Parts: sequence; C-alpha cells; structure tokens
Amino acid sequence: MEFNIVKDNEIELLVHSLSELYGYDFTNYARASLKRRINRLLTVDRIPSFAELFYRVKNEEDYLTHVVEELTVNVTEMFRDPLVFKFIREKILPVLATHPFIRIWHAGCATGEEVYSTAILLDEANLLHKSLIYATDINPSVIENIKRGIFSLNNLKQYSENYILSGGKKDFSGYYTAKYDFAKFDHRLKSKMVTATHNLVSDRSFNEFQLIFCRNVLIYFDKILQDKVLTLFDESLEKLGFLVLGSKENLRFSKVADKFMQLDKEKVWRKMK
Amino acid sequence: MAQNEVKYKVVVVGGSAGSLDSMLRIISTADINSGIVYIIIIHRKNDTDSVLTGLFSSRTKLKVKEVEDKDYILPGHVYIAPPDYHLLVEDENTFSLDASEKIYFSRPSIDVTFESVAEVFGAAVIGILLSGANADGTTGLSRIQQAGGFTIVQDPESAEVDYMPRQAIDKLKPDAIKAADEIANFLNQIISPSKND
Repeated sequence: MEFNIVKDNEIELLVHSLSELYGYDFTNYARASLKRRINRLLTVDRIPSFAELFYRVKNEEDYLTHVVEELTVNVTEMFRDPLVFKFIREKILPVLATHPFIRIWHAGCATGEEVYSTAILLDEANLLHKSLIYATDINPSVIENIKRGIFSLNNLKQYSENYILSGGKKDFSGYYTAKYDFAKFDHRLKSKMVTATHNLVSDRSFNEFQLIFCRNVLIYFDKILQDKVLTLFDESLEKLGFLVLGSKENLRFSKVADKFMQLDKEKVWRKMK
Repeated sequence: MAQNEVKYKVVVVGGSAGSLDSMLRIISTADINSGIVYIIIIHRKNDTDSVLTGLFSSRTKLKVKEVEDKDYILPGHVYIAPPDYHLLVEDENTFSLDASEKIYFSRPSIDVTFESVAEVFGAAVIGILLSGANADGTTGLSRIQQAGGFTIVQDPESAEVDYMPRQAIDKLKPDAIKAADEIANFLNQIISPSKND
C-alpha cells in the first residue's frame, strides 16, 4: 500500500525538474494517474519522502531512466480484449491485404506483447512477409524486450485463452519454446519488427502507416495532450488507414475527430479525410 | 434550504462477490432529484458484454453509464467502473482511467477509486463497502473517513461473503454498519434528513 501521499505542488516540482533537466515533459500527463505512479515509486523504492526522491532526480542522472520507466505504465498483455483482435482479423486484415506493402505502428508498445500479437495475426493471414511493424515506446529498456521475444511463462495461459477468443485456430504453444520460466517466441515473428524509442509528447511523425495501435496510452494524458497525439496519428496515417485505441478510450475531444469514422461499436476508427 | 441538503455530492459504493443485489437496491431507491453522483465499483472479469449497465438502468430513472476515459462527472448519474481499468477522478468534473497493475488481483480496484474520490471531494463523500472476498476497499474507506466523508460498511452477518466488510470494521470504525436490506433507506436518510425522517 502507498504510505506516502505526494502533494500536488510536489508533483509540479517534479514535473518541472524532469522537463528542465532531462527534457521529459510530463506537464500534460493526467494528474490522478501520475500521482499514483509517483506514490508507487516512493513505496516500491522505499523512498521515505518526496524530498529525497526530488534530490535523487536532480542529482543522479542514472536514476532518471528508472524514474521515467516507473512513471509510465508498461502493463500490457497479448491479445488484450481479444474481440478487437478478432475484428482486426476479420475486417481489417483483408483490407490491408490489398496493399503491396503493409506498415503498422504500435505507439507506446511497452514490452511488446501487443506487437507479437499483431505479428501472429499477420502470419496467420499470410501477410507477415510483406509487412513491417514499427514498435515504439518512450522507454528504451522495454523495447529491448521486443528484440529478445521473451515473455514470462506465468502469463501464457491467459494469452493462450485470449488467442483462441481472437479467432486463433492454431496451437498457440507452437509459437514459442518454453525454457525455465520463460517463453521465447518464434524469431520469424520479430523479423518484421522495427523498434525505436519515440516520445509521443515531443517527437514528430516519422512515417505513414495503414494501421496504428495506441491502446491504453492516451488515458495517461490530459485532453490537451490527447489532442496533440491524435493529431500526430492523423499525420501518420494514410487516408483510409485505421486507428485502434483501448476499450474505454475515444477520440471525441480531439479536433481531428471529424476526420475519422468509428467502425461498428469497436474502438477502431478509419481515417476518411 | 434545510441543513445538510447539499452536503454530499458523491456516493461511492464498492463490492465484490455477493454485492450486486445490494448495489441494485441502493440505486433503485436513490432519489432522482438529489443531484448526487453515484459511482459503483464491482470486481468483475474483463467481459466485453456489459450486462451490468442494463441491469442498473432497468432499476432507475437516473442515467447509468459505464465510464470512458475523461467522461464528465454529471449530477444525477450513476457511473460504473469499466472492466479491466482502475477508475479515478481528475477533479470534480472529470473521470480518468488507469490500466496499471491489479490491486488485490482486482482491476477495477475499490481502494483506488475510494482514495481518488476522497482526495477530490473530501467531506462531500459517502463511501459504502459491501460483501466480498478480499481486503480491497478498507484502505480506501479509511481515506474517505480521514477526509471527513461518511462511511458505511455492510454488516458482515448479512453479507454473502463477509471478508471484505470484516476487514473494514477491524481497521476503522465506520460511521455506520448496516444490514444489506437497510443500507438503501439509511443512505437516503443521510442524504436528505429533512425529507426522509
């Protein structure tokens, strides 16, 4: 349980320092969840006071990477909300198949479970060979995991269930080899992945895609930043391209909202203009 | 204007196994004109089909909504924490969601919402903790109490699963301990004492 409740003005001090000293701008992160992350950091690292955290941030550059990793949420799972993946399988992949080359972007991909899910979907639709999946995140260390393709065995049962619900017909265990506590996924899947660090707050568009995933990242941003990021996605999507958000996210407060059409009741939008 | 008439702005109710009936009863007897916001957190699996919203809707004229990120907090509404997210309040007007680690294996977690609501609404909160099998909710209810809000715990004797309310009673002295069938009416008495005596 969190034992130290950081104060609002302390949050602003931290945000200011992170921006001034290191260029990580958390100014427009939603405050309620940011506060939880800071409190969690204090608890998990057993830091007795905000003052001490602040001191370490200002004076230990090495500590910064860890702070950024902890302030951003990296919780993810394979085929999360399986019905969305089923929808993608049935309704979106056939459209992507008509392109000579498929480019997909997973923005804020954390440790890559979702990226591997997409690779599996593409592989099963016989589209992987002509696809390139860009996987980006603010944290360099989490995207390292994507290149390794190693995930904890603890979660595989849940992932397997999700896979089946997403319309998967194969034996899921055929996609990985189990070793000790880990599952190492088929290296073919990662052969079509490109990883890079990218900060949605500060970095620009770098390519045009037919499909962008950004699931449960926008929830950590306030409406101003959400709008900015959605505009970035608009700039990064080909016309008639698809944007997939988290199950309780939406575009409605963004100024690009009228360019997109929601598909069925899914959290999938198509760029119409 | 009678005393206490506009004192409470939010009623936040948390429960797990065995709490649904009590929740439905609370909502079905809720005064539709009080302007109070009801927030419901039930431990639930990540199922895509939300039967819950329909169940609550059928029992009240209040508008029932499963929360989406950055939804407005509007008076006279019943808000349900969506599956697989923690529900937070940014300020008195805005909800936000959080998909971070489960707490007591739960997402949504009752503690998370109780704490968030306590922080933003302070003494204007009534927190209610119902039947359930783990300790989620006790710390949060304690925060509501510390913030000056009113706390109600279901009488463990009347709870289908008594662990959750027992934990709360052990750790804090709630303002009221009520049996399942008494909570709804008791709540109305606290909200509008002049009307419901």
